[in-house]
Amino acid sequence: MLGMENDFFPYSKDEITLNSLIDANAIRKVILDQSFRAHVGHIGSALSVADIIYALYFKILNIKTPNYPDRDRFILSKGHSALALYAALYYRGWISKDELDSYCTSGTYFGVHPENKVPGVDFCSGSLGQGITYATGAALAAKIQKSQRRIFTLISDGECNEGSVWEAVMVASQFQLSNLIVIIDLNNQQAFGYTKDVINLSPMGDRWKAFNWDVVDIDGHSPIEITKTIEKLNLVDGPPHVIVAHTTFGKGVSFMENKIKWHYFPMSEEEYSQALIEISQQ
Amino acid sequence: MAIEPFIEKFPNRFFNVGIAEQNMVGMATGLAEAGYIPFVYSIIPFATLRPLEFIRNGPIAHGLPVRIVGVGSGINYSTNGLSHYGIEDIGVLRTQPGISIIFPANAAQMKSALETTWNRPEPIYYRISKGSNNIIPNFDGKFTYGEIDIIEKENDLLILTLGSMIKEVLIARLNLLAKGISASVAIISSLDSKYPTKLTELLSKFSLVCSVEDHYKIGGIGSLISETIADQGLNCKNIRCGFSDLPDGITGSIDYLYEKNNLDAKSIVEKIVSTLEKMIKD
Repeated sequence: MLGMENDFFPYSKDEITLNSLIDANAIRKVILDQSFRAHVGHIGSALSVADIIYALYFKILNIKTPNYPDRDRFILSKGHSALALYAALYYRGWISKDELDSYCTSGTYFGVHPENKVPGVDFCSGSLGQGITYATGAALAAKIQKSQRRIFTLISDGECNEGSVWEAVMVASQFQLSNLIVIIDLNNQQAFGYTKDVINLSPMGDRWKAFNWDVVDIDGHSPIEITKTIEKLNLVDGPPHVIVAHTTFGKGVSFMENKIKWHYFPMSEEEYSQALIEISQQ
Repeated sequence: MAIEPFIEKFPNRFFNVGIAEQNMVGMATGLAEAGYIPFVYSIIPFATLRPLEFIRNGPIAHGLPVRIVGVGSGINYSTNGLSHYGIEDIGVLRTQPGISIIFPANAAQMKSALETTWNRPEPIYYRISKGSNNIIPNFDGKFTYGEIDIIEKENDLLILTLGSMIKEVLIARLNLLAKGISASVAIISSLDSKYPTKLTELLSKFSLVCSVEDHYKIGGIGSLISETIADQGLNCKNIRCGFSDLPDGITGSIDYLYEKNNLDAKSIVEKIVSTLEKMIKD
């Protein structure tokens, strides 16, 4: 069987450094390896955020150690993309290869959705529409404490169906939480269909603009654009920020791209093999 | 006047987050993670039922000291109707390990409860009755977590009650006494997901207990008593006074609604007398 023996990327903890060997495809490889081994789905959603997670953990987030009190906060509100997050935590050296390999086995904290017992995970997620509310409170706390720390949350476009998202949107704008940065993984898909056919929120940015948010549309697969966009934001005063990251569901694996099937389905051995070849050639 | 005096005294520590209870609890979670002890406040159904999943996945799952303050226990909001009633909140939250539920008998005990529990590490739900300036004989208003206060010590039976229901219970006790029945009266004012040791101790001294609560019979302290009797194998009969049926929409004063639901002193007395008669006959 293909999989864990593959040594295309450095996997032992000792070798892990924040160097140029790590890129978004290193995250994609972990997603494919682990989801194949564990025979678990949500692959397409995780692939769609690989570039965003890479940019956050290797270019943007100011988190020296997972326990440093004044660290930036990141909440993966679309918790079903947890594998992308675990990959980043692994490459940052905060979790071990053994822990990564325990994904969806028995007796592990590393399940389909993130648990805050995992080093580097501040908030549990999995129930859509909750992460942004935690983030709003966290941003208010940072403001009260006069801290420079920033609060990031990654939500999905389908998640914007949840009413609680808009409760937080209204309050964050009213309170001018300029230190709050919401990134929307706009991959145009949700569990049972394309977002335009289920609840069409297009153009997404206009919805947030109507609530007086600072809106930036970007290519969600360009870590450079993501990084530069965030560097330019006014985090000191003014409105909260939403980065509408236009992404491709299943990005990097041609047969998964924009296919609803890959919301839940796990891969066969042939599909895994093909997927690995594709991402290794990019 | 509810929270206005607090706002006047601490204008920078009060945040009106609008009519958006899910986000309110989510924000409190984010604030608590940053080290604060946030108090969130609304009428009971809006403080507990509307954001229930946020309470579970937020403060409870993360073990954070969020305080949920619900006002208007039972049918305190009488003519406002079912939408404003708090008649299942204890039952719903009692299923959750990791949250404490506190329901003071009067304003003095509420003050004492706040002073002694404000810095406990777990989330707490404070269930407050309206118009709780009841003067309770033999009761100093002191709150001790996990304690049951016995305010009348007699032998024939035990009446266990909570919150502002003590008023009806005290009237019932005097009327029972006039009939030659001497009832102990005890007030329970806190719960967590474990069976209180004090309750087992108390119940083991009686062959009849009557619970009186402004709550559905299912899930509240009547249920707790039945569970304790069954689990501990106690030789005690339990009669539960509480709401049995869905409110039918016919409204009126608090006294009218107590009478309609057999929660007034007269109904309590009748229920106890008929049960005792039956027990003697058997």
